[in-house]
Amino acid sequence: MVGRHKISIWFIIGSLLLTYGIIIFGANVYDWFSPSQTHSIVLGELHFGVWWGMLLIVIGLIYFIAFRPWKKQAA
Amino acid sequence: MLSNFHSQGILLFSSPSSIMSLGWVDSLLVIIYFLFVLGIGYYLMRFTKTGDDFFMAGREMTAWIAGLSFVAANLGSLELMGWAASAYQYGILATHWYWIGAIPAMLFLGIVMMPFYYICKTHSVPGYLKLRFGEGASQLSALSFGFMTVFMSGINMYSMAIVMKVVLGWDINFSIWVSSLTVMVYVVLGGLLSAIFNEVLQFMLIWLGALLVPIVGLIETGGWSGMVARIHQNFPVGDYTHLWRTMGSFQDNPMGIHWTGIVFGLGMIISFAYWTTDFLVVQRVLSARDLRSAKLAPIIGAGFKMFVPLIVILPGLLGLAVMPGLVGEKEAIATGAHSYNEVLPLMLARYAGPGLLGLGVTALIAGFMSGMAGNVSAFATVWTYDIYKPIHLKIAKTEGTDAHYVKIGRWCTVIGVFISIGTAYLVQQFASIMDYVQALFSFFVAPLFGTVILGMLWKRATKAGGFWGLFAGIGSSIGMWAWVKLDPSALKYIALSPYAKDMAENMYRGLWSWLICVAVTIVVSYMTQPKPESELVGLVRGCTEIPSEGDMPLYKRPIFWAAVILAVFIVLNIIFW
Repeated sequence: MVGRHKISIWFIIGSLLLTYGIIIFGANVYDWFSPSQTHSIVLGELHFGVWWGMLLIVIGLIYFIAFRPWKKQAA
Repeated sequence: MLSNFHSQGILLFSSPSSIMSLGWVDSLLVIIYFLFVLGIGYYLMRFTKTGDDFFMAGREMTAWIAGLSFVAANLGSLELMGWAASAYQYGILATHWYWIGAIPAMLFLGIVMMPFYYICKTHSVPGYLKLRFGEGASQLSALSFGFMTVFMSGINMYSMAIVMKVVLGWDINFSIWVSSLTVMVYVVLGGLLSAIFNEVLQFMLIWLGALLVPIVGLIETGGWSGMVARIHQNFPVGDYTHLWRTMGSFQDNPMGIHWTGIVFGLGMIISFAYWTTDFLVVQRVLSARDLRSAKLAPIIGAGFKMFVPLIVILPGLLGLAVMPGLVGEKEAIATGAHSYNEVLPLMLARYAGPGLLGLGVTALIAGFMSGMAGNVSAFATVWTYDIYKPIHLKIAKTEGTDAHYVKIGRWCTVIGVFISIGTAYLVQQFASIMDYVQALFSFFVAPLFGTVILGMLWKRATKAGGFWGLFAGIGSSIGMWAWVKLDPSALKYIALSPYAKDMAENMYRGLWSWLICVAVTIVVSYMTQPKPESELVGLVRGCTEIPSEGDMPLYKRPIFWAAVILAVFIVLNIIFW
């Protein structure tokens, strides 16, 4: 929804998910190659954080691009 | 609706040390979240000028935004943790509170009640009562709602601070002040608009933060059938995976409840009362931009609500499969073992690596903040419009300006947050207050539904009937509660069985108090003079012209989507029978 507001809530959600996705993806890729010994998790060998980070990046990018405020201004 | 998690007092957790600790990546995610919610409030401040902007979000929300906000305002973090704990304790029976205890009522709100709330352009549920029944019933409902809302908010705040202390080792004062002041800032700045925007954001975070547990859990157990097999292996006695099969007798299920209590008490009264008259959730729908959006919003909300058990109930069931050693609170305190109240954070710690832990904790904080923002924004609206405005009119003999009421609304938000904080500290000193405030809250819910529904559907209901019906319903609810407190053997009369547990007692007490409210309203209405029909236009069925949707394609009509949701609801109940 944009309404009178130049920035849609979906764009804000997209921005946050994209930020989270990049951080989680980065942290888990690093952890994959330099595993920490402090926090062992069940099924850690599946590296779920990497895939979850990628999922957040994809969802975030979709919202970020589809609801970007400058698209409306250009139109 | 609240789970039994709340009613277990403040001794929610027993572990001497925190369950998990956050790394710097996790902490970074939490900090980014706080910056985003404050940024949203600051950005929306410039669009919040009028009373309609501040209290009703400008009445321009789409069906999706209003619908997601409608569900998010109810999806507090204690709701998440409490029902996950209930699922560990009672099995899949806890799902009743998400399906029969929510879906029919939400659809009923959208299809039957929303037209009247929306067409009469009320700001609140007590505002509707004022238009329909006059000052008496409206003031009674506004005062009870106003106070109970901020008290409940304080209780939730304290419980959340305890959760954060035990799960993460955070200081109680830090949790209380940081989270509540953040909510206060963004609601004061942007009003309901800011609360709704943040609730939608929080809703997404709750799902993406909590969905990890059921997905990885099902991989670990080998899918649904593997999970059920493990539960049967761990708990050979008792049925934890069927919704209705064990409801034929009070003694056959761990909840100590009969199907009549679930269907008539929960499904037909308590859930209808909460989802159709609790202003905390109804306010979100009133912000919709047109009648069709207002009707669709609760239907969209029902669609999402139906799948919340995936992130709440399923983690509890997976806990039964992979962590069978969790015990009740008293035993946990005595032995130092983990309690089932901790099942959700324990599952999170079991599966979540770097960053994902922070995402899960952010989901819990987001849940708490969305619930609290819902409470304070609803409090500010009811207090400003339904309590302050009539008093101001009486004293000043003139209406205040719109800007004046916005200013009062902002002050009410600040005061509401500080009363909540005060309540949180009061509960810390006197734990029993929690149980009494929760009981007090439950007294008003069912009778209020009786008054509102008769007001909307029955032209003959009168001003005196509305007031005395509500008064008698509330009085009888308090009377039944006190009777059982003083004489526990009275349970067999109130809940129809001496084996009934607390939840069953609440269901039946709600049912009886609703029936008493309806009966008194009908009797008194027949003894008093009704309003002329011309004064009931926009308020009552039969006197109100509801815009036709006949010219819309089928897939755009709210009734079509309500039928789809209802069909899925029935199929799910049959699958998990």
